[in-house]
Amino acid sequence: MEFTRKNRQLLSRIATNDRHGENSHYFDGWKAYDSNPFHPIHNPDGVIQMGLAENPLCFDLIEKWIRENPDASICTAEGLDKFKDIAIYQDYHGLREFREAVAKFMGRVGGNRVTFDPNRIVMSGGATGANETAIFCLADPGDAFLVPSPYYAGFTRDLRWRTGVEIVPVHCKSSNNFRITRAALEEAYEKAQRSNINIKGVIITNPSNPLGTVLDKETMRSLVSFVTDKKIHLVSDEIYAATVFSSPRFISVAEVMQDMDCNRDLIHIVYSLSKDMGFPGFRVGIVYSFNDDVTNCARKMSSFGLVSSQTQFLLASMLSDDEFVGNFLRESSKRLAKRHHVFTKGLEEVGISTIKSNAGLFFWMDMRPLLKEQTTKAETELWRVIINKVKLNVSPGSSFLCSEPGWFRVCFANMDDKTVEVALDRIREFVLQGKEENNHEADKSQARAQRWRKQNLRLSFSSSRLYDESLMSPHMISPHSPIPHSPLVRART
Amino acid sequence: MVAISKIATGNGHGEDSPYFDGWKAYETNPFHPIDRPDGVIQMGLAENQLCFNFIKKWVMEHPEASLCSAEGVNKFKETALFQDYHGMPEFREAVAKFMGKVRSGRVKFDPDRIVMSGGATGAHEMVAFCLADPGEAFLVPTPYYPGFDRDLRWRTGVELVPVVCESSNNFKITRAALEAAYEKAKEANLRVKGLLITNPSNPLGTILDRDTLKGIVKFINEKNIHLIGDEIYAATVFMEPEFVSISEIIEEVECNRDLIHIVYSLSKDMGFPGFRVGIVYSYNDAVVSCARKMSSFGLVSSQTQHLIATMLSDDDFVDSFIVESKEQLFKRHKYFTLSLSQVGIGSLKSNAGLFIWMDLRKLLKEKTFDAEMDLWRVIINEVKLNVSPGSSFHCDEPGWFRVCFANMDDNTMEVALLRITTFMHKHNEAMVPRKLCRRASLKLSLSRRRDDFMSQNMMSPHSPIPQSPLVRART
Repeated sequence: MEFTRKNRQLLSRIATNDRHGENSHYFDGWKAYDSNPFHPIHNPDGVIQMGLAENPLCFDLIEKWIRENPDASICTAEGLDKFKDIAIYQDYHGLREFREAVAKFMGRVGGNRVTFDPNRIVMSGGATGANETAIFCLADPGDAFLVPSPYYAGFTRDLRWRTGVEIVPVHCKSSNNFRITRAALEEAYEKAQRSNINIKGVIITNPSNPLGTVLDKETMRSLVSFVTDKKIHLVSDEIYAATVFSSPRFISVAEVMQDMDCNRDLIHIVYSLSKDMGFPGFRVGIVYSFNDDVTNCARKMSSFGLVSSQTQFLLASMLSDDEFVGNFLRESSKRLAKRHHVFTKGLEEVGISTIKSNAGLFFWMDMRPLLKEQTTKAETELWRVIINKVKLNVSPGSSFLCSEPGWFRVCFANMDDKTVEVALDRIREFVLQGKEENNHEADKSQARAQRWRKQNLRLSFSSSRLYDESLMSPHMISPHSPIPHSPLVRART
Repeated sequence: MVAISKIATGNGHGEDSPYFDGWKAYETNPFHPIDRPDGVIQMGLAENQLCFNFIKKWVMEHPEASLCSAEGVNKFKETALFQDYHGMPEFREAVAKFMGKVRSGRVKFDPDRIVMSGGATGAHEMVAFCLADPGEAFLVPTPYYPGFDRDLRWRTGVELVPVVCESSNNFKITRAALEAAYEKAKEANLRVKGLLITNPSNPLGTILDRDTLKGIVKFINEKNIHLIGDEIYAATVFMEPEFVSISEIIEEVECNRDLIHIVYSLSKDMGFPGFRVGIVYSYNDAVVSCARKMSSFGLVSSQTQHLIATMLSDDDFVDSFIVESKEQLFKRHKYFTLSLSQVGIGSLKSNAGLFIWMDLRKLLKEKTFDAEMDLWRVIINEVKLNVSPGSSFHCDEPGWFRVCFANMDDNTMEVALLRITTFMHKHNEAMVPRKLCRRASLKLSLSRRRDDFMSQNMMSPHSPIPQSPLVRART
């Protein structure tokens, strides 16, 4: 958005800076998708959306439950007598049944190794609101949080925009599978201290977005001991906890704390139902702190983003149904595992590796061999090719602040099985054709002739046209011609 | 001690005030017609409970409005996945249409300017974040809703400067008062960024007349500051004069539209505070764009967007609802104020809102805020009514009380009136012993004032006081 000088004077600094993060060129992928979205029948050559971490795989189970439980709604004959009480209920403590149901659910998702206290459940406007609230409670403008990279791009806005707090990335490397090492934390901390940056805490996402991996007990313990030593906070974003589909199991920071010497006042969890249940539209964010003062403060702040009482009522009912929850969690893991397997196997077959992952709604794809050179620029070029030629909207590693170019996050859960096939076909063709291009340049004509026989070449790969005319400038984003599906348009990707 | 933020350790949340005593008294002893007929009646909560039968009937007849009915469940998945901060188009269109109807069709609202927020609470905070930097200020005419102190200031660092309005001219917002406040801000080295008006007014229940509105628009244009119109009580105007919105005035006078913003909500007009439907409507494109991005922190649940979209698109329902709501409010208001006047209690002449601004100045021992607090404690502990003292609204004159009348059924209203009547008779007797003994059935004893108090330490994460005013996101 262009700001006239007049506007700059009229509006706040927050309104006129770009810490909301939407002025980045990553929107190009979204624009390409929006102007040409894939549809199996109407638009089979369109762009397939693989940049959106959504979990729609179990709606059949949910819908069945809904049909069988009309009293979960305040609008049905069975539930209408509750309509008034719920419509006027604005207490920021939240419906007791809602808090109890969420606490129970969180416990189950953690394998029932921890019991969560309903009185520590505080609502927020989605995980987006939860992360911001946590920062408002823990840090002052100018303070900073250490965040291991690669990390969710939305943190740029959620943690920093209105809070004035900074992010100091802790760069993790593929050489040890992006492990968060004590050494890396210490180094980042010392460096910050030397630059007079006041580190107030560490934010981890476990399971990881974008890696899809879970943190092992050792790493968790090391993190807890690190923050205890430095007397700084640890915020654990556990919104993908129930998307773990194979071992090793998810270990919540709440579990690790139980048999460790640590300062509980430093530990806070962010949770949500957007990923685990597939309900991003319902804006169910949770702040769970072991610190009484923070719980109190966050609860008061929750007034700015409470969960609709109508939704609290529905979810209280749904998540209290033990049988449904058990079945849902099992099925969800099964289906995610299957989908993940189909993809990773398909990619393996064409020599594309991904980081070994067992959680999340995406995988972290290694396209480094396809880079012209190991630079961010080359990564961006490759990305534009993937969007415009292969027609897949994937997310480049640099948008997650990954320090190594060549990685891409690819979402696999937000489409049906047929679309999965199409996507895999496109990737296969691209890779194989790319391999052939290389061989052609290296002049291995014999091998090439043999391979070509088996090909079904549908793509034309003219590298001179890397920049498609369909790319629109960021200035297209205006209040009057919105681009509805942009990543930050979605409150969470 | 673990270091948390200054925002967290300060008291900008506004809950450390003595006004919570009223709430605590209610909490420990809430009125119930059968179980607790001597309990405290809640009259401090501006809720609109008068039209729920009407609404429920519509809900029954429109199962497709719910994602959970047989008719609506086919929309469940796409709605549950919908997190676009633009909001559902049907929702925005329905809300824009509703806002227009509430203004008698004299203005049209553009659905593309409808931006969601976490209730009006979230809307106000969002507007402050968009328009002002920490340390800058908004002017706010007194008396005003106490929640503004938190909503506009707490996490934003923005200041509020009162525009003092006086009972001598019915709390009119005069040019002189505005200028005085502006000067005062200047003297305190505060840069004024805008003026926030609540119209219809909370706590007064009055609406701003056309001339005042025009004067206000002129003022802000001259000073080049923003005008934020909180119009969340717009549909509670139950009798003449008709409500005039800022959106109308800017069509009639010259104005820089980039300065004009409206905050709206369904909490008061529809009686849906639990649904957290807050709206920011700005005529400034940059603010719309910024607020929309910020709305991610407090979007309206898509389940609720779906319900509201269906409900408010039903023209017949909306038209009938607006009429029905006005009628119910009118009846209740009339009955309440008439009954009060019969025992010599006056209130500011009002035609809107869910409360009256009751005048108890003559009951004060002396014209001080201490005396107001003393009287208030008597009302809570002896008369057993939780009302809100004027000082909590930053009223500059002691003796005024906001009393809510729309959050209870007819029977409870009768009980409340009886208690007031009784109290007044006793008071009048004490004042002028031989007069007004007619209907005295004295159930009250005016002793034991302070024993019901509980310490502030009751507020903890583990033993919440659910009904406190700021516990409710909005009072």
